[in-house]
Amino acid sequence: MSEAWASFDFVLLWTDALIFALVVGVLGLVFFIRRHEHLRAPWCAVAQRPMAMGAALVLSVFVVIGLLDSVHYREKLPDSPADKPHYSVDVLSVFDALVGDLRTQQEKTYSEPLAMQLYAKEFVQRDGATVREYPRLKFGGAHLQQEADRMPDITRRSLIGLAQGMAASLLLFGLLAAWRARRAKIPFGEWLMLLGEGRLDWPARTVMVMLTLLLMLAGVLLHLVTAYHVFGTDKVGQDVLYLSLKSIRTGLVIGTLTTLVTLPLAIGLGIAAGYFRGWIDDVIQYIYTVLNSIPGVLLIAAAVLIVQVYVESNPDLFDTAARRADIRLLALCLIMGVTSWTGLARLLRGESLKLRTLDYVEAARAFGVSHTRIISRHIFPNVFHLVLIAIVLDFSGLVLAEAVLSYVGVGVDPSMHSWGNMINGSRLELAREPVVWWQLGAAFTFMFTLVLAANLFADGVRDAFDPRQGIRR
Amino acid sequence: MLAYILRRLLYAIPILIGVNLLTFALFFVVNTPDDMARMQLGAKHVTPDAIARWKVEHGYNKPLLLNAQASGSAQLTDTIFFKHSAAMFVFEFGKGDDGRNIGNEIRTRMGPSLAIALPVFVIGLLVNITFALLMVFFRSTYLDLWGVVLCVVLMSISGLFYIIAGQYFISKLWNLLPISGFAGGIDGLRFIVLPVLIGVVAGIGSGARWYRTIFLEEIGKDYVRTARAKGLSEVRVLFRHVLKNGMIPILTGAVVVLPLLFMGSLITESFFGIPGLGSYTIDAIQAQDFAVVRAMVFLGSFLYIVGLILTDISYSWADPRVRLQ
Repeated sequence: MSEAWASFDFVLLWTDALIFALVVGVLGLVFFIRRHEHLRAPWCAVAQRPMAMGAALVLSVFVVIGLLDSVHYREKLPDSPADKPHYSVDVLSVFDALVGDLRTQQEKTYSEPLAMQLYAKEFVQRDGATVREYPRLKFGGAHLQQEADRMPDITRRSLIGLAQGMAASLLLFGLLAAWRARRAKIPFGEWLMLLGEGRLDWPARTVMVMLTLLLMLAGVLLHLVTAYHVFGTDKVGQDVLYLSLKSIRTGLVIGTLTTLVTLPLAIGLGIAAGYFRGWIDDVIQYIYTVLNSIPGVLLIAAAVLIVQVYVESNPDLFDTAARRADIRLLALCLIMGVTSWTGLARLLRGESLKLRTLDYVEAARAFGVSHTRIISRHIFPNVFHLVLIAIVLDFSGLVLAEAVLSYVGVGVDPSMHSWGNMINGSRLELAREPVVWWQLGAAFTFMFTLVLAANLFADGVRDAFDPRQGIRR
Repeated sequence: MLAYILRRLLYAIPILIGVNLLTFALFFVVNTPDDMARMQLGAKHVTPDAIARWKVEHGYNKPLLLNAQASGSAQLTDTIFFKHSAAMFVFEFGKGDDGRNIGNEIRTRMGPSLAIALPVFVIGLLVNITFALLMVFFRSTYLDLWGVVLCVVLMSISGLFYIIAGQYFISKLWNLLPISGFAGGIDGLRFIVLPVLIGVVAGIGSGARWYRTIFLEEIGKDYVRTARAKGLSEVRVLFRHVLKNGMIPILTGAVVVLPLLFMGSLITESFFGIPGLGSYTIDAIQAQDFAVVRAMVFLGSFLYIVGLILTDISYSWADPRVRLQ
């Protein structure tokens, strides 16, 4: 036991710790909401929207990958002494361990998706003569004899994957149906009929279709990744699918941790300004007008330059490259949080201004209830829906902003896997002949999927929580 | 009215001072000029001599706030704060790392920035409003539903994708327009079309959706019901009443960004090689030219505050119920 344990050195990066804190917080909140009828109601409304639930399913896939990618460790070097072990400088994650060969199977340079040869001709020695041809890949399609075998092999693998995905989803569907029918205390067949007519109290059809699609996609991918580079390889021969999957964590971290920084500032200052008014309001308004007046990108750029200078002048504080990249990611989240709380704060200020004049708040004040208690019991619960809507709406914008910031050169560390860095590194490759499009394509596809899912989910949440929604129709 | 504008202008001064102090703190206090010098010269082999020379070249070889060695008013004026931060109030930005006067650069680069940003803004506004009105006209039908879905899809696509895909297909594959570049006069038109087109398309998603909500909010109001009760046709209600009233939040929201159009767009300008303020800023950020970044921060917030004042004025102009006092 201790032997196996000692071959790893767990690494807790700053962002990891915050992510886990966030997960615990969210779980706590879920527990709290489940126990209160009035808090649960709008979430049940969200659960009845097909679009929102389909999006939530896709989001959860991203979240699971992101979480797996947040448990970091370093492997022990094979020939290091037992009493004083040396660890590799590479910080790996559980996700790396799960995908296994995807990370290590590195080619020489670019290769097309599902190819078995490099994308450009090279001089190779063959039978004593030097010929110019497309060299074979080391891993991609290495089991094939000739090019003609490639397409049939890919088709065969895809079909098997599709079939297995379908089978898995059928199995899941059966289990789900049995469970739901049991809970509803109706016969299995009747539940199926309700499902067919779309009369269940949740969008089971959409969820099942999405689940089937996802499982089939997973099936195809699982059968192809073992023998091919599904999205090709990049300039140094790394698998593009692996890079895209690794970037998920970066996108999620930026989308969530930034909001985590925003919330205390926006809630605290926004409510304080609206509730207390007077000079407190003036000061807080002044602060956010100043911050707001600076163009966002410039403020972020200025602050990131500052952090860069700080990291450069204190190299001994960060022992591995991963830690250095991590602190920059965290700094980016902090900076984006500090620059983006103003919108929500203004919203909360306006709402608190309205709430403080309502009768029940006045009554509470007349009874001598303290300010903190009034704010926490009467004001905050009544503005919470605004906070929630802002969180889900901001998420997608932040993920997109990461790409732009990386392009400007003030985004995440260049060594960190991110869609922004992938786009940045490959945008000039479109000028090549033949065109290297797969790296850009993969990054944009992944980013688009995450952002679209987040946007659709956010729409569902907003529609369920926004009280104005009722009037609008 | 005049008194109100004057008061707003006075109110703007403390905000500009705040911005100034913030940038001063960021650029000179959090990191000393020594740190900047080390960063610029490369961390490995810097000598104290080299740092001192760099500081003299950039005029950073003075005390931050108070020069004890000078006499009289020079105690306050011969400092980094006065020379580099306070001087920005009279638009004295000093020189960038390339030795050029930043003020001159800003003046010559405003034109190209505006040549892209203004058409994007105006055409975008028209396209978005048209699209939004169409969706509102067909509200609660499948046309509206798919319109909204299309908007969400469009706004989920990265802005970088629009630019890269547009350049690749329109310029490289189909050779319709030059891929990048800029020229003055009528000849420059062909360089402007592509960035403007991409800018407009990239903005449709969020813009049209936002305007749709504004119009839908208007349509639920009492005056619309009255108009319908009078027997007006739906088209007339939409274009005569809803459009006019919906324009108030739209226009006032647009006014605030109007001055900021001078700053141009960072990404668009750098992809299309347009010699505007956006590409100037992005070059400065990438070259870590702190003086230029500082100048652009100040200019940006100045223009934003101008926009805020214009917004207030336009409110009272567009909606007579709003009185300025």
